[in-house]
Amino acid sequence: MGVSIFIQQVLNGLTLGAVYTLIALAFSLVMGILGILNLAISEIFMIGAFIGFSLIMSGVPVWLALPGAMAVAAVISMVIARIGYEPLRNASHITPMLSTLGFSMILQNFATNTWGSDPMQLTLEGWLDTRFHFGLVSLSVVQIVVFAVTLGLCVLTALLIQRTDIGRGLRAVAENRDVSRILGVRPRRMILVAFALSGLLAGAAGVLVGLHYSVITPYIGVDIGLKAIAVMIVGGATNIWGALLAGPIIGILEVLTVAYGGAAMRDFIVYGMMIAILLVRPQGLLGGSSKTSGGRV
Amino acid sequence: MMSSYQAGLVADGSILLLGALSVYVILSTGQLSLGNAGFMAIGAYLSSWLTVSAGMPLTPAIVVSAAVSAVFGLIIGFPALRLKGLYLAMATLGFGEMVRTFFLNFEPTGGAGGFSGMEHVPLWYILGWTAFVLACVMICERTRWWLEIRAVNDDELAAGLVGMNTTVTKLMAFMTGAAIAAVAGALLAHQNLYIEPGNFGFDRSTEFVLAMILGGSSLAAGSIVGAALLIMLPELLRDFVDWRIAIFGALLVAVLLVRRQGILDRNVFGLAKFWRRAN
Repeated sequence: MGVSIFIQQVLNGLTLGAVYTLIALAFSLVMGILGILNLAISEIFMIGAFIGFSLIMSGVPVWLALPGAMAVAAVISMVIARIGYEPLRNASHITPMLSTLGFSMILQNFATNTWGSDPMQLTLEGWLDTRFHFGLVSLSVVQIVVFAVTLGLCVLTALLIQRTDIGRGLRAVAENRDVSRILGVRPRRMILVAFALSGLLAGAAGVLVGLHYSVITPYIGVDIGLKAIAVMIVGGATNIWGALLAGPIIGILEVLTVAYGGAAMRDFIVYGMMIAILLVRPQGLLGGSSKTSGGRV
Repeated sequence: MMSSYQAGLVADGSILLLGALSVYVILSTGQLSLGNAGFMAIGAYLSSWLTVSAGMPLTPAIVVSAAVSAVFGLIIGFPALRLKGLYLAMATLGFGEMVRTFFLNFEPTGGAGGFSGMEHVPLWYILGWTAFVLACVMICERTRWWLEIRAVNDDELAAGLVGMNTTVTKLMAFMTGAAIAAVAGALLAHQNLYIEPGNFGFDRSTEFVLAMILGGSSLAAGSIVGAALLIMLPELLRDFVDWRIAIFGALLVAVLLVRRQGILDRNVFGLAKFWRRAN
């Protein structure tokens, strides 16, 4: 009995961790490549959840609602790149972060006025509403969808960054904007690509959270999205695979805390772990040597 | 005479000003704190517990709370020695959320149910504390210590090379900011007469940063302008009251784009001096 409950909790934790992984990846694309913290990502994630929710409720199939919400999220992210980041890129690291804070206030207020602040529930039907039972442990189709989408997007992102010209361009801009320009990379376009990618990932996470938790409010950006910052730090902001490692760790830790400790302790544990990592290993679990990490900005 | 509504606005503005100053002192060394609501929570809960449960008069309770919060500032300031820029901002964000969750679980002060039983303080008391703290910060701005703070902000390495103790300067700034935030929290608790952990979330920390950045991040007087603006604007924009937060957000982006240093900066006063001399 005890073991199966434990396994069930781990499965639930992995699902939550998958969502964290996607948002953390969205944070680290901008953080690792451009060295700025885009606080609006947590609200883009929330907007993605609402767009996905609205699309699914109006009868759009899930496989179409997911890319739809991702596209909207990417567009918002690109607008933030052009207005909130590009003109401020020569300022200190704090200034662009504050402008993204401005955008997150706008997005949250927009969501509160558009969808209201009451929790919204997605009613799943058809093939999505089935569960597989293995003894006392059960796994829902939605959870499998969450795992598959997360893994797929992580692999695609990694391939894009490490194997394609776009990825090489991004890393070149990260290394040195001026030199990359001389070598024929267009930094403005690359920055737009980085923001768009991070928007796509955050939007996908939003749809998945709507599917799995089924309860979304305008405050999930602050409740769930900001914790992804902790996931990014724990995994290592400069390593793509860091988020894939730290997401499940934090997800499982959080779910186990809720199951065996107390629901309200979850944030304490998550942020506590982030601060511990910052003190002991600021570059994160997979961050490489502290010299190469952009950490000590 | 002021109506009680106006008095409430002035009190809110004063508390916001204190919060903005608490961020300002820390930011003057180049460190951004996104967790000052955490220090504020410590001040609010500790002072309320001291006055309600321990029967202490308010003024010593505020002093004790500020001192305890400063000790927490010291503890949080230590990671600040290793972390810079965004990583420090993220660490302080984590600290703020940890404090909030702590009080959510801490039953002696009511947990999620909140804490009440405080006695209402008159407006002059809040204004008195605000004026006192503001005066202290503005006097500090004219001391040698502040020159060191600015040196650490401009170039920490160079400041260290010419023999300044940058560690002490940064820690002192953190402790001062934490103490000021605690005073703000204590006054808030005795103004609203009811506190709950939700009062001290991330949005409170960002409100402080917002007030300070809008008004001007290079001098204490900027925080006055910023706090006044944030309190007055909803009154002026009554028709758009639902969009208040979005308007603040847009204002923040606009100010950063047009006037990065905020509405006031040191040059404004320099210019005023020049005018006086010319006439």
